[in-house]
Amino acid sequence: MSWKRTADVVVIGAGVQGCSIAYNLAKMGVKDIVVLEKGTICSGSTGRCGAGIRAQWGTEMNCRFGLAAVGKFEQLHEELGMDCGLNQSGYLMVAYKDSEFEQLQKSMKLQNSLGINTRVVTYDEAKEICPGLAAEDAVGFTFHDRDGHADPFLTTFAYMEAGKRLGVKFLRFTEATDVKTVAGRVAGIVSSRGDIDAPVVVNAAGGYSQFISKMAGVEIPNFSERHEILITEPVEPGVCPPMLMSFSGNYYIQQRPHGSIIGGCSPEGHPQDYELGNSWDFLEMMSRTFVRLLPRTKGVRVVRQWSGLYNMTPDRQPVLCEADNVKGFFLSCGYSGHGFMFGPISGELLAQLILGQEPWIPIGMLHYSRFERGELLIEPAVV
Amino acid sequence: MAGKNEDIIICRCEEVTLGEIREWIEKGYETFDELKRVLRVGMGPCQGRGCREMILREISAKTKVSVADIHPGTFRPPAKPVKLAVLAKGGDK
Repeated sequence: MSWKRTADVVVIGAGVQGCSIAYNLAKMGVKDIVVLEKGTICSGSTGRCGAGIRAQWGTEMNCRFGLAAVGKFEQLHEELGMDCGLNQSGYLMVAYKDSEFEQLQKSMKLQNSLGINTRVVTYDEAKEICPGLAAEDAVGFTFHDRDGHADPFLTTFAYMEAGKRLGVKFLRFTEATDVKTVAGRVAGIVSSRGDIDAPVVVNAAGGYSQFISKMAGVEIPNFSERHEILITEPVEPGVCPPMLMSFSGNYYIQQRPHGSIIGGCSPEGHPQDYELGNSWDFLEMMSRTFVRLLPRTKGVRVVRQWSGLYNMTPDRQPVLCEADNVKGFFLSCGYSGHGFMFGPISGELLAQLILGQEPWIPIGMLHYSRFERGELLIEPAVV
Repeated sequence: MAGKNEDIIICRCEEVTLGEIREWIEKGYETFDELKRVLRVGMGPCQGRGCREMILREISAKTKVSVADIHPGTFRPPAKPVKLAVLAKGGDK
């Protein structure tokens, strides 16, 4: 295949963000789009994530994004022509401290005001929702039944396949090594396989987005933390249908429709070394959480553990904007652990911004300039 | 290749057939890890011990790259499935 020297848009990164942005641009009529991926499709943070999708958030911005994304996921298989593994068994939030339960209820009021029907449930109700649950020490629960999980691989591939049908080119094993700028405008990219000139370049590089930004001369305060996760062998359904999540308990656990149970937690010390290794400490700590919270999993076997990067920002909300000092350079990064679930909506909103339209959910406050101004939108609801 | 082989189960843990594997290789999913992501091959209890070599041979047949030169995909711990209760007891440090 001959090297493509020009494009209308180059997207760096083929995770859910990059694939969703490329698909949405193509759907809106952009003809010549190239997506660069240094590894294989969905090999970065998307493919390593916990797969949850939720509207139970603590800031208005994230509630709006979450609700819109849930709505997208509900019809995504029809739009993209491929099953995305959606399972809407809800998120069951577990609070172990009074202050935490107060925060959950405060968030619930905000959610309710925005059309998200989160409710407080009793321990008995919680056990009906999640039959294997043992949480006598919890002080309260909230539940939203439209939350749940989807398959990150199938969702990303579905965006890619739909994008391909609309003419988007995906280049695997092609690493962006520089971003070219001329007089305050982006001019294209340099990659491990050659240059591509383009008037629009999108940084959707997940855990490596701060490096891509730097190539363009755009400083963002993003950093990447390693988080670990494990999965069990498939067992009978009904052990943990909803996503069980607790901030003070430091866990999220859910059972795939296929039967495997996935669980992760926030690491101690938040390693920021870009290593994607696996630790015994995580395996031991997470296994203790499993058998305490879901005693019937005692005899269930762990088949695999892995890790991935959370691309963090100081307020744990994304950077979704055009750069001030480099026109045509757009950023969709810093999702702080919830990039997969927002992919369907953020891809559409950024495509609108790129085409000079008004994004249908305002995203002005997600510009990275908020960090310099000190106008942080701190999200309390993150594991 | 004869069509009658298409129904043969290659990944027994996840019940994936030769036909499905060939279909997705044909669509450009030409690495073990991409096939794993889209079909779940190698994600079950045996972690690819049963199917990996056969799948690498199928990739080789399509891409004309020798099996020895194809990335075998990522191997992840634990080396064999271990019960949660055993792991929760911890180990000697």
